[in-house]
Amino acid sequence: MKARHKRMILVGVAILGVGAAASMALSALKSNIAYFFSPSQVLAGESPKDAVFRVGGLVVDHSLKRQEDGLTVRFNVTDNAGTVPVSYTGILPDLFGEGQGVVAKGRIGGDGVFYADEVLAKHDESYMPPEVADTLKTAQAENLVESTGKSLAPAAQTVAQ
Amino acid sequence: MVPELGHLALILALLIALVQAVFPLAGSLSGNRPWMAMARPLAYGQLTMIAIAFAALTQAFLTSDFSVLYVAENSNSLLPTIYKFSAVWGGHEGSLLLWVLFMACWGAAVAALSRNLPLTVMSRVISVQGMITVGFLLFMLLTSNPFERLFPVPQEGRDLNPLLQDPGLAIHPPMLYMGYVGFSVAFAFALAALIGGRLDAAWARWSRPWTTVAWIFLTIGIMLGSWWSYYELGWGGWWFWDPVENASLMPWLVGTALIHSLAVTEKRGAFKSWTVLLAICAFSLSLLGTFLVRSGVLTSVHAFATDPARGMFILLFLCVVVGGSLALYAWRAPEVSEGGRFDLLSRETSLLANNLLFVAFTVLVLFGTLAPLIYEAFDWGKISVGFPWFNKMFLALAPFMAILLGVGPAVRWKHDEPMRLLRTLWWALALSILVLAVSYLPAFSSGHLWVPVGLALAAWLVLAHVAVVLERLKNKGGLARMGPALLADLRGGGRSFYGMVIAHLGVAVFVVGVTMVSNFQHEEDVRLSPNASYELAGYRFEFLGAEAVPGPNYMAQRGHFKVYRGDRQIANLFPEKRAYLGGGMPMTEAAIDPGLFRDVYVSMGEAVGDKGDWAVRLYYKPFVRWIWLGAILMALGGVVTVSDPRYRMARAPARRPATSSAGGTSAATA
Repeated sequence: MKARHKRMILVGVAILGVGAAASMALSALKSNIAYFFSPSQVLAGESPKDAVFRVGGLVVDHSLKRQEDGLTVRFNVTDNAGTVPVSYTGILPDLFGEGQGVVAKGRIGGDGVFYADEVLAKHDESYMPPEVADTLKTAQAENLVESTGKSLAPAAQTVAQ
Repeated sequence: MVPELGHLALILALLIALVQAVFPLAGSLSGNRPWMAMARPLAYGQLTMIAIAFAALTQAFLTSDFSVLYVAENSNSLLPTIYKFSAVWGGHEGSLLLWVLFMACWGAAVAALSRNLPLTVMSRVISVQGMITVGFLLFMLLTSNPFERLFPVPQEGRDLNPLLQDPGLAIHPPMLYMGYVGFSVAFAFALAALIGGRLDAAWARWSRPWTTVAWIFLTIGIMLGSWWSYYELGWGGWWFWDPVENASLMPWLVGTALIHSLAVTEKRGAFKSWTVLLAICAFSLSLLGTFLVRSGVLTSVHAFATDPARGMFILLFLCVVVGGSLALYAWRAPEVSEGGRFDLLSRETSLLANNLLFVAFTVLVLFGTLAPLIYEAFDWGKISVGFPWFNKMFLALAPFMAILLGVGPAVRWKHDEPMRLLRTLWWALALSILVLAVSYLPAFSSGHLWVPVGLALAAWLVLAHVAVVLERLKNKGGLARMGPALLADLRGGGRSFYGMVIAHLGVAVFVVGVTMVSNFQHEEDVRLSPNASYELAGYRFEFLGAEAVPGPNYMAQRGHFKVYRGDRQIANLFPEKRAYLGGGMPMTEAAIDPGLFRDVYVSMGEAVGDKGDWAVRLYYKPFVRWIWLGAILMALGGVVTVSDPRYRMARAPARRPATSSAGGTSAATA
């Protein structure tokens, strides 16, 4: 009997420990995740006003502008349905470029500018972050259906390249 | 012609693997000796075929044969020869080929070095390895054939990703893969034992050295990856909790738990089913890592341009392997009897706690890594888990691990007295508390709470191990004869003990490195004009300007910095910004002045304005080298452990073949 009691106590303690650890991990997770929104979702006001989130799409051609201090840059990110201006202070990743896919993490300011504190770097120039690919696919699909009625396949292909 | 030979060799290897997966196993179950005896020659044949395929692909790279699609995508005629060679595993198809090559090497090593293993066990191990090889060869031949031809033949290749044109990255993947694949041996041993229904100390002793060697490779592989990303990516960090990094960390964590629980199984016959489960998990997590890297389901800085068909295949393969082995486990493990009993205060308990902590941390990392997939599956939105979360989880568990790590080696097997333990460790404990108090003073910690904690834990680790070593030597020959006792110990069977001590000291060094660099590093993005300077953490960086310098296959803008400490110049740094001719891809080549106690580090951002100004990133990184030094010590500890004569009995005529093993020599051959 005694051995069984001991074991039951041990199991109870283990369950409590695991439960406490799991709830701690989950509550910590809540404050540390960043949701992803496409530029058109940001324009529609779906993104949080006072929390960190990520926005992604293509960098609009000729939109990259350097500010006076030489370190702050501004560029526009688009999913071809909406465009959000992004401001970032610091050194951009090597593979950052106009017309390229990008994911920025930060907060939206009251002036509608997205202040990024992190811009995603990638290892491979033909790689497209899956969120960005998805975003462009959806946006383009909607556009194409509306305007030309073309099939989705070619659009998806350009995105994949 | 040669690429077709390579392709043919791969197909033959697949056929051999099929035979290997079926016949030795069937023979071991039906008692058919000739079938079992096929295992060894099959393992050698497997290695020969895959080596031919690998040689064929290497030849295509060295001769820049751009009619092979994979070569055209990953090489360039301007590429330096050494990188033409390492480009063989620079992409998806070739790295898979490297994977199966290592798989075949491990199989052949088991065949060659296990002369004293019972034939049934050996044939089962080789069969299980054959099954895994079948999976990977099918994957290659169906979805990622490295020998696919390209018509019309291009004049020039697309060039190897410039990030991979680096000595660190040339050897990082092979080390990592040796580790990943090495766990397949532990996995195969575990499955062989389950099939035979015999899990005993002999089984643990056979698989221990193999597991340790795989763990050594994985440790070095992860260390190289961390070091490489530190100096090559120019971001100055050493770990990012990126999904792909986590994918390599999870097998390492479970593998670490496994080598500890194997110790209990070998010495005390306990934790048998648990050990088997860990062996299955370690390899399954290696496969999961492959899936995460290859399928592109997660956003990662490492992600390759991917193909969903490949992800699907690996996911299916993963299900078969994990499902099959767990089903076998559920069916067989209950038959395996429980081993020796032990008290609450005993080495067994502390190793159990170690295992629980490692597994808990693995579960957290797994959860954090897969959380974006879980959220997406439930349509809760697209998320990414920031690295602060992982840091928090690590910091929540690491102190317990460190405290336990000091106690564990001092506790006796089976039963111990609290007072005896205290007599051994009291001064180590007292000194560690002293370190805690002193480093808590604002002058040392500058208000960072983790500084005293980290330093005290490191001190505790070192001192507790000194106490344990002293006690061992005292028992061997008294304090007067300590020197000779130590030498005799190192020559005799004490090596696995000292290996453990070295590895644990590596943890202490690692803890110091992490504590110091996380709390005292400085980083600044600044704009510098030529001849201007900037001061950071007591170092003055003077920028002398940048000039264009041609490289073999790139054009570089090379900056020149002089670094001063006070009035004394301590380094000339030449960071570069390169544009590669093949793909036009830009690359940052950071310049680092390394030191045991600090690195100063400059990386070039981009040219600003038209007066020769540059945006640059300056870093001061105290004790950052200790992080990798710690990992090297851990791996070194593993090497010393494996060299223990206990594991080398295969060479001497063994009296009791059932308890001998041959793993000791694998460290030398690997």
